Amino acid sequence: MKANRWILLIFAVCSLSCSDDERGYEPTAMPLDIPEIFSSNIIAPVIPADNPQTVEGVALGKKLFFDKILSANGTKACAFCHAPQQAFTDNMITSVGIDGIAGTRNSMPIFNLAWNYDKRFNWDGSALSLERQAEEPVENPIELHSDWDNVVERLQADPEYPELFQLAFNTSTITKELTTKAIAQFERTLISANSKFDQYSLGQTTLTAQELNGLDIFLREDKGDCFHCHGNPNNPLWTNNDFHNNGLDATFTDLGLGAVTGDPNDNGKFRTPSLRNLAYTAPYMHDGRFTTLDEVIDHYSEGLQDSPTIDPLMKQVDQGGVQLTDQEKADLKAFLLTLSDPSFINNPDFQN
Amino acid sequence: MIKKIIALLVFTACLCACETDDSDPANSQQVNPTFRFTFNWDGTAVTNADLNSFNFVNANGETLSIERLRYVISDITFRTNSGEVLSTNAHNLVDISIDNSLTFELPSTIPVGNFNNVSFTFGLDNEDNAQNYVDLNSASFNVPDMLGGGYHYMQFDGKFINSSMDEQGFNYHAIRAVDNPGPNPTFPQDTFFNVNLGAIAITNGTEIEIQMNIAEWFKNPNQWDLNVYNQMLMPNSTAQILMFENGQSVFSLGEVTQITE
Repeated sequence: MKANRWILLIFAVCSLSCSDDERGYEPTAMPLDIPEIFSSNIIAPVIPADNPQTVEGVALGKKLFFDKILSANGTKACAFCHAPQQAFTDNMITSVGIDGIAGTRNSMPIFNLAWNYDKRFNWDGSALSLERQAEEPVENPIELHSDWDNVVERLQADPEYPELFQLAFNTSTITKELTTKAIAQFERTLISANSKFDQYSLGQTTLTAQELNGLDIFLREDKGDCFHCHGNPNNPLWTNNDFHNNGLDATFTDLGLGAVTGDPNDNGKFRTPSLRNLAYTAPYMHDGRFTTLDEVIDHYSEGLQDSPTIDPLMKQVDQGGVQLTDQEKADLKAFLLTLSDPSFINNPDFQN
Repeated sequence: MIKKIIALLVFTACLCACETDDSDPANSQQVNPTFRFTFNWDGTAVTNADLNSFNFVNANGETLSIERLRYVISDITFRTNSGEVLSTNAHNLVDISIDNSLTFELPSTIPVGNFNNVSFTFGLDNEDNAQNYVDLNSASFNVPDMLGGGYHYMQFDGKFINSSMDEQGFNYHAIRAVDNPGPNPTFPQDTFFNVNLGAIAITNGTEIEIQMNIAEWFKNPNQWDLNVYNQMLMPNSTAQILMFENGQSVFSLGEVTQITE
């Protein structure tokens, strides 16, 4: 009888320890809101198993993204070079860090990154996940020029952050890994899929004759032939996220992917940027060399530079490019601008 | 005693009647064979490591490099000795630079047994080519609507040394041959084709190697001149038909092995 009482007591204690209140708080799942134009055309986004999207994680990531606390001197946040109104890039040729030093690369816009299936980020593919991508700018001496240990100390000492990490990750002990996980969660929510062309694809609006002619030039292999790298109406990312040498230079001062892989065959190759939101993302190319879309189109039409690694998809290289007429260039530009999405840059969820 | 002997005979007869015949697919267990895709240049293996180098000379004497090579296969079928055809509706995008695309486990099962022919479609037949495939869209493998829509059958890009001794790009892109590009394209002939691999015995863990001899694209029956046909070949139905003809001898059955777990 005594033994039975002991068993009953142990059972009761176990039951209490497993009660709902004590079983543990879990952050609220927040699956990505995948637009119809994506779900019906391309495969599902990449969400790491060890970093699921949660309401609290996204909120924390957003706060971190806009917080100058990540920079060494408290003057700049991620959003300084990745501003919502510029589709999360800036309007500088190359971005300037906290010490006033300009980098060598144009800030990449941030949207639809969860659909980068190969998970190589940055112009040169140096970051192998979105979480890892968020690590580097914090310590880069010409960007936020911080030290992650110091950043973690500052966050830990902050009156708000420990509680926010507790809510997002079930621990108030802040780490670099959790910080970048939260930023990546926020970045994955930055989805742009409501351009004029998206609405056209969904049958909600029409394109002008000039825009349609521009689409035709974009898709014709004997005209613009843009689609092999930049997608098509069935691939609404408008990039293949692959790496190409698009004939910018005959010799390279920036090796791009080649500096990352060490393979000279990759020299001069950079990640194909999406053509979405071009209206907001000037200047263009990895080094911001082109101020306008007209200059970009001129480059592919007449300005190609040959080199050993130029992509064979570049046409008529000996003539400088695909030789579009002025009218064709204007039409192509009109089409490209239909891929811009004002609702994205004005989305209140993405503002500070 | 007689009863016991009779019972034993009946039991033995039952056992015999229940024995499976592994050689007859109709009575066999269901398995998912694996296909392995390899590349060679007239018998010399070609892998990802051979890309970007001017290592190859085609039948026309042009030295060339391979920078990108991917193609789609579909509609793998198995024909039994009794003439029954087991069709599958899967497709696979093979990319020489992506390891996990080079093996493909059939998603549907087929019975173990001896088949007198296994075949597949290079590319997509017209019915399949009209479907919307999210994996092929994601790989930007599409063909624009004004060229008939659907998908590439193959993207084969590289460079060759042209008649001026300069490096020049080529895009050997196979699609459904099309004329009159625009809102109402016309199709002179089909350019997907069936590849017969011959008789194969399928057991649990069978892996079937499908070989592509890349040199054949330039050789037989049409000696391909890259100085004539190099880029902008998608809207060129003559080039597409030449590709179709040369493609007939490109594929062959390699090793058939059994993978033991």
